Parts: sequence; structure tokens; C-alpha cells
Amino acid sequence: MSEFVSVPSKELSFKTKVKNFVMHHIVMLIFLTICIAGIILANQSPFYLVSQLLERISRNTFLVLALIIPVIAGMGLNFSIIIGAMAGQIAVVIAKNFGFGGVGGMIFVMAVAVPIAILFGILIGKLLNKTRGQEMIASMIVGFFANGLYQLLFLVFVGLIIPMKNTDILLRTGVGLRNTVDLAGKNPVNDIGLTSDGLKYSIDSIWKMGIFNIMFFVGLVVFLFALGSMFRNNIAAALRLKEDHLITRILTPSKEKSKNVQIIGMAIAAFFAIWGFVVHYLKIGSPDILMIRSLKFPIVTAILIGLVALFNVIIQKTKLGQDFRTVGHDQHVAKISGIQVDKVRVVAITISTVLAAWGQIILLQNVGVLNTYGSHMTIGLFSVAALLVGGASVSKATNGQAFLGVLLFHTLFIVSPTAGKNLFGDPQIGEFFRAFVAYGVIGLSLGLYAWKRAMAKRSA
Amino acid sequence: MEINRERITLGDRWKKLASSSTFPRMIITLFFGLVCIMAIAQGLQFPQLMSSSLGRFGMNAILVLAMVPAIQSGIGPNFGLPLGIITGLLGALISVQLGFTGIFGFAAAQAIALPFSIGVGILFGMMLNRVKGSEMIVSTYTGFAVVSLMSIGWIFLPFTDARMKWPLGPGLRNVISLDGVYAGILNDAFSLKFLTEKASGKMIVLFNQTESYLTQNYDSTLYVNNFNIPFLLIAVVFFACYLMWLFTKSRTGMMLKAAGDNPRFAKANGINVDKYRVLGTTLSTVLAGAGIIVFSQSYGFMQLYQAPLMAAFPAVAAILIGGASAKHAKISHVLIGAFLFQGLLTISLPVANAMYPEGNLSEILRMIVQNGVILYALTKVGGES
Repeated sequence: MSEFVSVPSKELSFKTKVKNFVMHHIVMLIFLTICIAGIILANQSPFYLVSQLLERISRNTFLVLALIIPVIAGMGLNFSIIIGAMAGQIAVVIAKNFGFGGVGGMIFVMAVAVPIAILFGILIGKLLNKTRGQEMIASMIVGFFANGLYQLLFLVFVGLIIPMKNTDILLRTGVGLRNTVDLAGKNPVNDIGLTSDGLKYSIDSIWKMGIFNIMFFVGLVVFLFALGSMFRNNIAAALRLKEDHLITRILTPSKEKSKNVQIIGMAIAAFFAIWGFVVHYLKIGSPDILMIRSLKFPIVTAILIGLVALFNVIIQKTKLGQDFRTVGHDQHVAKISGIQVDKVRVVAITISTVLAAWGQIILLQNVGVLNTYGSHMTIGLFSVAALLVGGASVSKATNGQAFLGVLLFHTLFIVSPTAGKNLFGDPQIGEFFRAFVAYGVIGLSLGLYAWKRAMAKRSA
Repeated sequence: MEINRERITLGDRWKKLASSSTFPRMIITLFFGLVCIMAIAQGLQFPQLMSSSLGRFGMNAILVLAMVPAIQSGIGPNFGLPLGIITGLLGALISVQLGFTGIFGFAAAQAIALPFSIGVGILFGMMLNRVKGSEMIVSTYTGFAVVSLMSIGWIFLPFTDARMKWPLGPGLRNVISLDGVYAGILNDAFSLKFLTEKASGKMIVLFNQTESYLTQNYDSTLYVNNFNIPFLLIAVVFFACYLMWLFTKSRTGMMLKAAGDNPRFAKANGINVDKYRVLGTTLSTVLAGAGIIVFSQSYGFMQLYQAPLMAAFPAVAAILIGGASAKHAKISHVLIGAFLFQGLLTISLPVANAMYPEGNLSEILRMIVQNGVILYALTKVGGES
């Protein structure tokens, strides 16, 4: 993709640069302001804020990352990830029915979710091919439609047509699932808090690490990676790699950055690495920081999130990923160049649906309770809003935007009830406010995008 | 001379049938018939069911009618219906606050709501002109956002009437009773209520009597209320539909339809397309406001806060069931669709409960039918690239 000519930054005045930056990141900047105001108003302890935030990041990031590929493929924001979430929940119920738990049970759930999600994904993809140009509203409505079928399955068919082995999760009449299904097991827990028949924490509890320790390692890796991409040509020469060798391709950033930006990035990474080392290993810091030092983050969950992020990057360097981009850019051009447009779009949605199923399983094992008829319903709204808050748009989304979005969006979620209470003496106001912000962000982002597109059409 | 007749197979016919915009109407009609037969077979009071269907139709019809100007002007089904619902509620609340009751209270609510609806409608229409091609999703989320913002508004707006406020703490109640204000005013005026005395089987007909009069004077252990015809409500609905029909036949209405049908052609002929889209959106918003006041008086309550959040979808589904598409709508679609959809919901409830008491089967049915119909219409909007 070398259509756009990068304008040398010297030709733009500083004022224009700032203006451009603000124009492109308006949603994110508004949100950042609201978040900072919320943090100040809520006046919660840093420990509480950070611990809540870590929990929400580990729960929700995977789901937000599941949205990226459909955006690249030009299908906009996939509101139908709630159907992926349903597939994940069906798998959880199956495991619960047979009493599978622990790490083995989790692997079973993840495996069972895949075929279900693939089936759903293909059906959604076929439908969205019929509603071309209106994918977003269609994906939202198909989510509602699927919710009707989901309720039919779990309220009527289960116990009536589908025999269940585990009657504890059924309503007293023996037909239909309970509103809440506890995912904690009954068997005794082992030393890391796992049971053989529970799914709760079955990923999270495998391995946890202090967050400053993680900061140290991540900072180090990012620093080394940046160093590697800076000297990639030297490395390629030293190792005698070809231009299209995997290592060279991974070290090649998707967007060529200027030297200054690279150096600033490396400095930030180095700073975090050193700070993490100082706090975690030398135990130097303010009392608040030392309190936060005791917080741990589930490493396996983090690795899974990292793998999805990596998958999102790597797939864009494959033939399929190129097809996603081409289709996303212009379906007509893609068709002429021999790409099976419909098939590519179905694949994009299917990948998103499978990832959403896994994301929901990760969320549920952390929450520890399956809210049978509600757990999946808010996922679409929150994930889409979070991605947009991070600065993504209908046609462009990156991993970085997803991470930033989760951070900002969930910060608002944590602070707004307390901020509302401190400001007006009513926590409900904060709750309405955050719902308004979530809906508003989506409305605003989609509206701005449509406006820009209409303007471009008019001038063309 | 040979005529080359193409043979039309059954498959071709089915394809043609299944791709017409009246296909959902056929399916739902068949389904409605089936549910009616089941209701009769189960020995349910069929006249009673039909009468409550009629009431529900009257309650919802004007909200469905609000879809017509929107679809005709080219913005598609108005998923931003909650905006109009909120302006309608605002008018109704102010009318109660000012202490108006009875038919005058109802008229005052409508009159006060009107300027709000017009103002919001114009702004909303101007916004939709900027997002051509994505009206449906943008208006959906605009509606959601405004409902959430107004939830804060209901807490802060300076209403003081004790009937509407929480006795402790700030803000308006979630549900505000309209008893003694104008609850049931359209439903009861000029209405016919048919009662049967259980012991003798004698039929009594009450004219122009309220629901409370009925419960006070006729003990439900001795009498069965088996049929009501809310004449004024139905008359109001038909009158609103007639006015809308007159509008579509007027010069302005024709221009609006032309702008919606083929914007490019209309523009080439000097029609200001954007202006007519704003007009259509505004009319839709005004009707939504009027519709929610009619709805509230039938229901007997005003519902605030999160209640209007999902209000657009049943109305959109109803007009689509009536035979409309995202680009074409007629008044007949409103009447047929509102009756079929509301009738189906009303009659399926006891039928489903008799078949399967737990599990809320009729609510599940509503979700599937409502969203299935909207999806079907969306597949007609998209099509091939």
C-alpha cells in the first residue's frame, strides 16, 4: 500500500500538525479529558483504581481485539461479536453439564467453542454479504435476532428436548437454564486455586506476576524490538537474510516512522523497564506505589491477549491479510483483481466470531459466574465503544488503539459512579453518564466517518 | 410465428415470492392465523383476545405511522424514534406539571410537545443529511445516546409536581401514573364494552364508560367483560392516518416522495432533496411525540429513563410486516402491520403460556419475529456490490 505520498513533515507548520492531530483524534482526546476529570472527581485511592483497571483489562482486551479484522476488511465495527460470545457460552454450558473443569476443562471449552463459532461466523458472513453497505446495523440486529434463538435454546429446549446431565444448573421445573450459573467448582482447590470441576480462574490462576515485574519485562522487550527494527538492515546483512524472510518482515514496522519518533519510543520503553525494575526488585517508591506493587496480573491471559494482537499483525502480512485490505479498500477493485470478495468477507467475520467466543470464555473464567441471559448482551456495545475511544474508526483499527481504548473506556467505567456521587450525591447519574458516553462515542464516531465519506463523495 | 415462452418453474416462483417486500407479511399472516386457530382450539376467550389486540393496535399505530414520512423522504426507517418519544414525554410532563387534566390535559400535552418535536426533528434531519448512507446505524446510536442523556435530564429538570417526583430524593419517578390526569381518555370515550352475566348469560352493553366504572359496578366474579371497542382511539388513529395520506397526496408530499425515491433525479429537476429529508425526519419526530402520548394514555402510565431505549425496533418491524420496505411505505402498511404485529404478540402470549408456562415463549417469539423482519428488509437494501 503505497498510494498515499507521505508529506515531508518539515513542510507542515507546527500549528497545522497540531490541528491535524486534534482532528484525527478528536474522540480520543474528548474522552481523555472526561477520564481525567472523572479520576479527579471520584478521588478514589490509586490502589483501588489500578486493581479494578487490571481486572477489567484482563477481562475485556481479548474481546476488543476480536473486532479489528472486520474493520480492516471494510465491514466496519462487528456488533455481532455478541454471537461469538454466545458460542463461547454454549461451550461453557456443555463443559458445566459434564462437570469438566480445571485447565483441561478450559481447553475443552475453547476447543468446543471453535466449531460452533465457525458455523455462526459463516452464517453471519453470508448475511452481511446480502446487506452490503449496511453491515453495522445488520450486525447489530442479527445479534438481537440471535439472542432470541439463544433464549429459545437455553430457556425452552434445554431440559425439554436436550437432556441435561447436570440438573443443578437447570431451573426448578427441570426445563431451561438458571439465570446464573456458578462456574466455581465443588471439589477442593489445589495450591494455585484450581479445582478439577470448576472453570473459575482456570486460566488466570495458572501463573501470575507482579505488575511492576511485568512492566520491567515488557519495557525491555519493546526496547529490544525497537532497537532491532532500527538496525534491521544491519541484522539482515549479518544473518544473510533475504528481504522477504520472516524475521525481516516482522522487524519491518507497518508504518515507516521517523528517527525521532523511534528514539522517543525507545526512551519511554527504557524508562518503564527501569521503573519496573526499581519498584519490583529494589522496592523503592511511595507507599501508594508499594501498595500497587502487590497487585498481580494473570500471565497466561496476557499471553493469549498478546497472541491475538500478534495474530492481527501477522495476518496482515499474509496473502489473506492483503486480501482483507484490498477488499476493505475497494470491493470493486478487489473483484477485478481476482479476489473472491464474498468469501474473504465471510472469513473475516468468522475469525472475528471465533476470537469473540474465546474472548467471552476468558471473561467468564475471570468473573466466575455465567449470567446466562445477560453476560453476552453488553459485550458488543462495550467492545465497540472501547475500540473507538482508542482512536479507531470504521475503516481503520490497530492493536494499539484497542489497548488504549480499553484503558480509557474502563477507567471511565470505574470512576463515573463515584464521580457522579461526589458531584451530585447520586451514583445513578454517573451510570447514566457512562451509558451516554458509550452510546455517544459510537454515534459520534460513526457519524463523523459517514460525514467524511459523504464529503469525499460530493467532491469526487 | 413462434412465441418463445420461458417456462416458469416452481422454484422460480418461490424465489420471486421470497424476494418481494410483502413476503414477511404473508409469513406473519399465516403465523397469525395459526396462533388464532390454536387460541380457539385451546378454548381461550377469542373475542377478548381480539379486543385487546384492537386496543394494542390503537396504542401503537401512531408510532408506526411515524415511519412513513421518514421512509418516504429517503432516510429509511426512523431508528431515531426515541428522540421524538422524549419530546412527546417532555410535553406530557409539562402538561401534568401545569395541572391540566382530562381531554384538555391530553391536548395540552400534544400542543406543548409539538414545538419540542419540531425543533429536535429539524436538528436531527440536518444531522442525517450529513451522514447519507449510514442513517440507520447513526440514528440508532443517536437515539440511544439521547435516551441516556435525558435519563440524567429527568433527574435534574425542575419539575415539582408530587405525582411525578420521588417522595425522597431528586428526580422524576421511573413510571408516572396518569390516573386522574388523562389515563384511558381515548380508550373510554365513545367506547362500547360488552359484558356477559355469568349466571344468566345475559349480555350488557356499556357506552362511553371508563374502566374504573366497570370494575366498581360489575363484580368480575359475576360478569365477564368479553369485548371492548375503543371507538375514539381507533378514530384518532384513522384520522392521523388520513391526514398523513392527505399529505402524501399534496404537492409537498409528492415532492418529498420524489426526493426519497430517486434523489439524483429529483435534484436534477430542481427539488431541494436535503430540505425534504429534513421535513420527513421532522414529521416522523412529531408523530413519534404524538404517538407516545396516545400510547401513554392507553397504557395509563408514562415510562421514563431507559424505557424508550428500544422503542424504535417494534415500530420499524411493524411497518415492515405491513409490507413496507426500507425505501417504500404506504399508509395501508401501517394499519396492516400494526394490527398483525400487535395481534400476534397479544394472542401468542396466552397461547404460549398454555403450551409452556415457563420460559417466556412469547417474548422470545417477539424477539425473533421483530429482528428477523428487520434483517429481511436490510438484505433488500444491500444486495450485490
